[in-house]
Amino acid sequence: MTDASTGPVTPSTSGVLLVLAHPALERSRANRALAKAAKGLSGVTFKDLYEVYPDFVVDIEAEQAALLAHDVVALQFPLYWYSTPSLMKEWLDLVWLHGFAYGEGGEALKGKRLFVACTTGASAKAYHAHGYNRFSMDEFLRPLEQTAHLCGMGWETPFVVHGASVKDDDALKAEAERYKARLASLLPALSTSGKTEA
Amino acid sequence: MENFLTQTLVYLGAAVVSVPIAKRLGLGSVLGYLIAGVIIGPFALGLTGQLADVMKFAEFGVVILLFLIGLEVQPSMLWDMRKAIFGLGGAQVLGTGLAIAAASLALGLPWQQALAVGLVLAMSSTAIVLQTLDEKGLRQGPVGRAAFGVLLLQDLAVIPLFALLPLLATGAPHPTETNGGHGGGSLVAHLPVWAQMLSVFAAVGAVVGGGRYLVRPVFRFIAKARLREIFVAAALLIVVAVASLMQIVGLSPALGAFLAGVVLAESEFRRELETDIEPFRGLLLGLFFITVGAGVNLPLVASQPLTLLGLVIGLMALKFLVMYGLARLFGAPKRGAMAVATALAQGGEFAFVLLTFTVGAGVIGAQLAALLTAAVAVSMAFTPLAMILYERVAALMDAAIPDVVPDTGDFDEGEPDIIIAGFGRFGQITGRLLSANGFKSTVLDSDIEQIELLRRFGRRVHYGDATRLDLLRQAGADRARMLIVALDDREKTVELVETARKAFPDLVILARAWDRRHAYDLLANGADAVERETFESALALGTTALQKLGFRAHRAHRAAAFFRRHDRRTFEELRPMWGQEEAYILASRDAAQTMDRLLNADLHRMRPGDAGGAWNTASLDEELREQAAREGAE
Repeated sequence: MTDASTGPVTPSTSGVLLVLAHPALERSRANRALAKAAKGLSGVTFKDLYEVYPDFVVDIEAEQAALLAHDVVALQFPLYWYSTPSLMKEWLDLVWLHGFAYGEGGEALKGKRLFVACTTGASAKAYHAHGYNRFSMDEFLRPLEQTAHLCGMGWETPFVVHGASVKDDDALKAEAERYKARLASLLPALSTSGKTEA
Repeated sequence: MENFLTQTLVYLGAAVVSVPIAKRLGLGSVLGYLIAGVIIGPFALGLTGQLADVMKFAEFGVVILLFLIGLEVQPSMLWDMRKAIFGLGGAQVLGTGLAIAAASLALGLPWQQALAVGLVLAMSSTAIVLQTLDEKGLRQGPVGRAAFGVLLLQDLAVIPLFALLPLLATGAPHPTETNGGHGGGSLVAHLPVWAQMLSVFAAVGAVVGGGRYLVRPVFRFIAKARLREIFVAAALLIVVAVASLMQIVGLSPALGAFLAGVVLAESEFRRELETDIEPFRGLLLGLFFITVGAGVNLPLVASQPLTLLGLVIGLMALKFLVMYGLARLFGAPKRGAMAVATALAQGGEFAFVLLTFTVGAGVIGAQLAALLTAAVAVSMAFTPLAMILYERVAALMDAAIPDVVPDTGDFDEGEPDIIIAGFGRFGQITGRLLSANGFKSTVLDSDIEQIELLRRFGRRVHYGDATRLDLLRQAGADRARMLIVALDDREKTVELVETARKAFPDLVILARAWDRRHAYDLLANGADAVERETFESALALGTTALQKLGFRAHRAHRAAAFFRRHDRRTFEELRPMWGQEEAYILASRDAAQTMDRLLNADLHRMRPGDAGGAWNTASLDEELREQAAREGAE
């Protein structure tokens, strides 16, 4: 559809595009805490998918332009059935197109970095060969890791909060600080301004 | 008065009896009328009275026919047809004229007479050709286009012929008979040539300018009065006025009517005009054919049957051959060329006028003229038969070459996928969505101010009351895939749905409903689907309200979607009840009663929190908490 050359021209790319997908953020203590912390950072563009596209009709051109304008793409979501919530999958399916993100002529994301921030209900112990989920988080996140690879993006070590619903407020606050620090480390030393969307 | 009634009785009776029989026998309506004419004519039963007067009246049918054709021809289309008109048409008149002249010369006529006969007989009959092609469904295709182009040029060629024919005079002119009916009414004939030319240009200018700038405001004014018969009267008035004007300046009234039609082809009143004038065309053309039939000189036919038959067959064969050759030369496929050539093979009604005129001008003798007039009339009668013959041959050709491309052409570009009745606040949105997705629609609206506005934005909207079946048919309802009823009027919506369902059983009908009750009513009357006009917008506003009250967008969206589903289910559930309790529902308490039911259903099925019930992880969280506690204890 749209390739990099026809997309909106951006003078320079900078900062982190933080794409959040949670269908009921009002119920999620962990994701709200993380999002709040991220919003405090300048140089992070915040995009709440379920708020922007409640009807799932993703604006492909706008989303591709946003991707082009940033160095780092951060995906924040609760792990649902070992995968992303459906709207984030929809967003990937519709926006990360052949000819744009990968394949012939698809170099729009090349050289950028992909960072995944993920919350799980179950404890860290469950994500282990001997736990009831039988596989590690790294293994569950392989599809996204391969997505980054195919698009020529760097793969950042994922940020995972386990047992999100069990943690008390103080514990979540600590996680949020850790998250903020992680995001800050991804930003260039001199970030210009913080942008917020939705 | 008594005489008028008797005459009407004779003509209508003859038509009503003979035309259905002829159609049943597969001979077509034209032949039916002609036969009816022969039977009641002066040489058989002699019931026709003042045939010449009736004929003049009936010729107006041809004028109306040309007006209606003009309405279907956009000026741009006329330009596209220039090759058919001037190329093919010009070649036909000259080629056929010379061929017949050569044949006449060979039969022993002096060259002047031969040339006059050739040019006169080169003309074909607009009425018969178009009526025949219409009945065979060929008029809209390339065949019809080519035939029409030729006919149009013949109409034009008549004008110089009137000037040219007297120059071929060998005998003494008969001044009493120079009035040929055609240029007969001209009031400018005594003027010098330049003044005549000037008056012709002025008349054409008046038709074009009047059609552009005068007719539309007048029609708008009349449309606002909402009196149908006055609209019909105004439409007829236009045709008569133009015909008279053309006669005054010595042009063919039919040509003038055609011009007026073209000028009005782009107006919003086109469909309405077509519908209103159509019945007059049919009746008058029928009358015209009857008079042609009645004019066949039976004693002459009886006294020289073989000569006449030879003349007719020779004439038609010659016209066919020349036309076929020319059509092929102009790139028509074999079958198409055959169809055009067959259709145009007869002599035309202009021949009657021109023959009288040539006799008057002293070019040919009265006896020859009588023979030729009879030959032309018989050739007209033979046309439907020739078309049947053509169809047989074409069928044989099809059988021989199985993969012949059907001759339909791409002329159905005007066929709408969808008819939208009512293009107000509702119809516009639906219409825009459909056209944005590539569907063609014909729009009908009866609010003249609305049409005004839309046309200023370049939309094609037609004026007309869509509840009228004939107008619906004109708009192409029998070929369209769908009818969308978006009228602003409850009763009319029901009426239209009912009418359309009965007349077009296969048409998909979607309708805009006023409210729940109206929606049930429409479904009961045959609508395939309905949409309550305020339902979706009210829901959208409710969604916004939920968001402003703090719901996240996705939750508000789901709440509305949930409510929509619930409401549609309730709608279906209450539907049978509505049918049984119609009388009760129509009573004064109906609205409150329905509302009561709805609110009960809302409460029963939509418990608070239901809409937001998705993504509720309470039970999972509880389990995980227990799990964590157990692990901590271990």
